[in-house]
Amino acid sequence: MKVIVPVKRVVDYNVKVRVKPDNTGVDLSNVKMSVNPFCEIGIEEAVRMKEAGVADEVIAVAVGSTACQEQLRTCLALGADRAILVETEADAQPLGIARALVAVQEREQAGMVIFGKQSIDGDNSQTGQMFAALTGMPQATFASEITVADGKAQVLREIDGGMQTLSVTLPAVVTTDLRLNEPRYASLPNIMKAKKKPLETVSPADLGVDIQSHVTLVGVKPPAERSAGIKVESVEQLVDKLRNEAKVIS
Amino acid sequence: MKTLIVAEHDNQSLKAATLNAVAAAQQLGGDIDVLVVGSGCQAAADSAASVLGVASVLLADNAAYENQLAENVSLAVADVAAGYDAILAPATANGKNVMPRVAALLDVAQISDITAVIDADTFERPIYAGNVIATVKSSDAKKVITVRTTAFDAVPAEGGSALVQAVDGAHDAGVSSFVGEEVAVSDRPELTSASVVISGGRGMQNGDNFSMLEGIADKLNAAIGASRAAVDAGFVPNDYQVGQTGKIVAPDLYIAVGISGAIQHLAGMKDSKVIVAINKDEDAPIFQVADYGLVADLFAALPELEAAL
Repeated sequence: MKVIVPVKRVVDYNVKVRVKPDNTGVDLSNVKMSVNPFCEIGIEEAVRMKEAGVADEVIAVAVGSTACQEQLRTCLALGADRAILVETEADAQPLGIARALVAVQEREQAGMVIFGKQSIDGDNSQTGQMFAALTGMPQATFASEITVADGKAQVLREIDGGMQTLSVTLPAVVTTDLRLNEPRYASLPNIMKAKKKPLETVSPADLGVDIQSHVTLVGVKPPAERSAGIKVESVEQLVDKLRNEAKVIS
Repeated sequence: MKTLIVAEHDNQSLKAATLNAVAAAQQLGGDIDVLVVGSGCQAAADSAASVLGVASVLLADNAAYENQLAENVSLAVADVAAGYDAILAPATANGKNVMPRVAALLDVAQISDITAVIDADTFERPIYAGNVIATVKSSDAKKVITVRTTAFDAVPAEGGSALVQAVDGAHDAGVSSFVGEEVAVSDRPELTSASVVISGGRGMQNGDNFSMLEGIADKLNAAIGASRAAVDAGFVPNDYQVGQTGKIVAPDLYIAVGISGAIQHLAGMKDSKVIVAINKDEDAPIFQVADYGLVADLFAALPELEAAL
């Protein structure tokens, strides 16, 4: 079984982003970029499936600018076999990205497509579900355990208030949650080997898809600042403040 | 303008998050209908009919919808979408699961997690873990939107008298099935709608120590939450997690105990009205957002707090 893992290039999760002075967008100059952490969990899961003999090929796919090659190489170093970049300078949004990935899936016929549950820049949490709808595949989102057997995947997923188990017929879409696995670090020999692994570049036009976005960014602003309050000296003083000043307890 | 709300429910009762979605819809203006997709869910539909401001309730009641499988529910929603300009659902685990699927079936974008309605096409939503607020404009004729429940005050659950109409047709995509569910049963208020939340972090040291929060939670009628660090360490189940990738809460009072305050955690609670932080590290970032900070050993402070309440 082939496994496709779509990956997104995002601002590293340790970076505190800033709004540009003219409020037109987020300042991304000289900011460290990484593989979206949830996508990295997807790569790790696919590689483990290959190591366990469940999958036989892991393909990392990105939709974005030339710079995404850096993140695809990271995925190759983490164990993906090959990579595909659907190259576009357009500001691709979930629906357009899903369409491009559908075209890749039509070519590759993967048995499972593992998405991150959300990207930590846009925080949309849409692309996997949209891809599933467009292909008619079942979906198991927010996964924390995947077991593949007999043409089906049994997936334990995080829901409000607890956990749910679904069984989905392959080919299926899974989106990863935090506790699915802990991704490995790429070793130096694997980083070297990754440079020789195949990385194919195609354009949305090659795939015959329109990835134009239906949503435009009007502007951005920093959130309302929350200023630090006061330090209290004792529990007694804290309770007094909550009762008589903030009036949030009786 | 005609808006459809996809109700959040458990087949028996309507979940409060639906009321916040109705509030967001009211800002769009026009008629508001509620769609209840489930199995044996007449009672939930009846509750939806009594929500103030709801014009009518559509009920898609079929065994295929019993467990809210996204494949089936999205088809049911898309079926009735033709008559509406906007389709809204609360951004709960279920809303996040189903709505993008609906959007793709309708060939439109989704606007996730809106926190403000500027006009019928323009919305505010947090990005980058809430460190940036984006204003986005959709060019789609039909909008599919999920609503951040904490950003809209719930409409009254009573006072309406909408008619409930059954929707014909049933969809079973036949590609997924429900195996089981483990949902924690608790007498405490729900984390996302509680007016007081007390959360523990890595500083709690182990799961047993979370019992120290329970006594305080009992006295304040609070929900108990946790930071990612506490969940990853196995102290508490995942559904306790407050933060960018967990639950978003905005209670009247949020008490953070032994939580350092990573930006991912702050993303989930910084809209709380009053924030209290108890931490022994006086340089912990949580103090930068706390209205009242207490630098103390939580193992001494918690019993004292419980006794003082």
